[in-house]
Amino acid sequence: MRNAFIETLIKLAEKDKSIYLLTGDLGFSVFETFAKRFPKRFLNCGVAEQNMMGTAAGLALSGKKPYVYSIIPFVTIRCLEQIKDDIAYQNLNVKIVGVGGGYSYGYLGATHHATEDIAMLRVLPNLKVFAPGDSVETEKLMIEAYKTKGPAYFRLTNVGGKTVHQKKDKIKIGEPFVFNKGKDGALIVNGVFLGIGKSLIEELKIEGYKFKLISLPTLKPINEESLWKELKDQKLIFSLEEHSLIGGMGTALAEILMDKGWKGTLKRIAAPDKFFPKVGKAEYIREKYHLTKEQIKEYILKIKKS
Amino acid sequence: MDLKEISKEIRKKILKTTFNAHTCHIGSCLSCVEVLTFLYFKVMKVNPKKPWDENRDRFILSKGHAAAALYSVLTQKGFLTEKLLGTYCKNGGKLPGHSTYRCAPGVEVSTGSLGHGLPMANGVALAGKRDKKKYRVFVLMSDGECDEGSNWEAALFASHHKLDNLTVIIDYNKLQAFGKTNDVLNLEPLAQKWRDFGWEVKEVDGNDLNQLKKAFSKVPLKKGKPSLIVTHTIKGKGVSFMEGKLEWHYFNLDEEKYKKAIKELS
Repeated sequence: MRNAFIETLIKLAEKDKSIYLLTGDLGFSVFETFAKRFPKRFLNCGVAEQNMMGTAAGLALSGKKPYVYSIIPFVTIRCLEQIKDDIAYQNLNVKIVGVGGGYSYGYLGATHHATEDIAMLRVLPNLKVFAPGDSVETEKLMIEAYKTKGPAYFRLTNVGGKTVHQKKDKIKIGEPFVFNKGKDGALIVNGVFLGIGKSLIEELKIEGYKFKLISLPTLKPINEESLWKELKDQKLIFSLEEHSLIGGMGTALAEILMDKGWKGTLKRIAAPDKFFPKVGKAEYIREKYHLTKEQIKEYILKIKKS
Repeated sequence: MDLKEISKEIRKKILKTTFNAHTCHIGSCLSCVEVLTFLYFKVMKVNPKKPWDENRDRFILSKGHAAAALYSVLTQKGFLTEKLLGTYCKNGGKLPGHSTYRCAPGVEVSTGSLGHGLPMANGVALAGKRDKKKYRVFVLMSDGECDEGSNWEAALFASHHKLDNLTVIIDYNKLQAFGKTNDVLNLEPLAQKWRDFGWEVKEVDGNDLNQLKKAFSKVPLKKGKPSLIVTHTIKGKGVSFMEGKLEWHYFNLDEEKYKKAIKELS
């Protein structure tokens, strides 16, 4: 996914000289090509994210299109007030790109986990928030966002190069993408759960249940009418995300469904409101928090059968 | 009108504006009047008829709580009408108590939270360098604002990138929100700290127009380096009962005090 980001950015930067890439001293083995090709537009700002974000705002004030990159906590909550005041408040054309969504950096500990970024950034006016689930969503949303003036945040996840979408899929800002139709319930996914959701649907089919699968890579703005059209006839919805139960996609869905007067059951499958107390790789943490495909399948079947 | 007269007019505007709006931060506005006067009437290439000309010099008020001073100097210079200035901090008005991005012609950025002006100025200055533009960027910071770590990140960045089109002015009135700067969090030796960060520094009496003239006659102070002018000032300057008084960070003017202050300036 990170490669999809940098490859797309290089393509855009070749045509648009106003694109700048700012990094907080991260991107080893990923940004070398960009830095070599556009040395004047690559800025390693050092480990100084508050200044980096303010500098990005200043560049945008001067007609540039900066992309600001780091590991999620450092490019979001470390400089949250700069994002609010300098970028969102002034509605500037700055794109923020964070890597390591959810538990991607598993054993590095909670300082590097990113399970609160969506909640923190979703409340800021003007800022668009994306959590793509594969390289197709990453590339298409990056291009869409590039064409749309204004600030945006991209939450990238270490899911590797495997794609879930087909290249021709239409992915638009704010729009849910429907993979499968189904009347036994709906799964709504983003980030790492796009791939997991796709295989879950197949496995549930074998068990005799046809679930609707919807990818929701835009968390703000969400086209509520499009989403409602897809969900209003469902009685049971599961939201799957590697983000805190508080404030992420599940919360956004609950807000929309409640406002619409929906009468069904929403089960939010997400990270608990806890710092992981032990050590482990992403898969290990997911297992401890009942977030693996098998555990989720078991949970869904239990609810269906009860 | 000579510069002394102009700064007097700006002081009167500040007093009138804050009196009508019943607002605070008067002392912080008055300490930097000579700096603003000198920048807008002698140094910066700005044109009220083309407030967003791409080659204009940029002024970034990082001590956003002195917004009434900025709006007043912009009015004196012809960017704002007196009528617009009269909406300061009024319900439904356009001029907030902290300067806000393009709320009026000539207001470049949103500030109010301290430590945001210099990082943004870095971006504006760097863009100017990359585009080979001749514009310069001036940032007015408060002394208490130097407590903010973001400024020191920004100070490293500016000297690393040799941003000699960037000049910071510190309004060193020695008083911050809850006490003397050196009692709250000692800044000294302030000039030396910035020198150590790679800046060229000058210190002057910031309420003395002649000294400001000398300081600004050669900006950038040194080619290849960002400039800092530490201006030693007096909080509340120009109004005897406000000078050097911390409480005028907070107080607003009643009619009696307003009349007294205006009389002193007339």
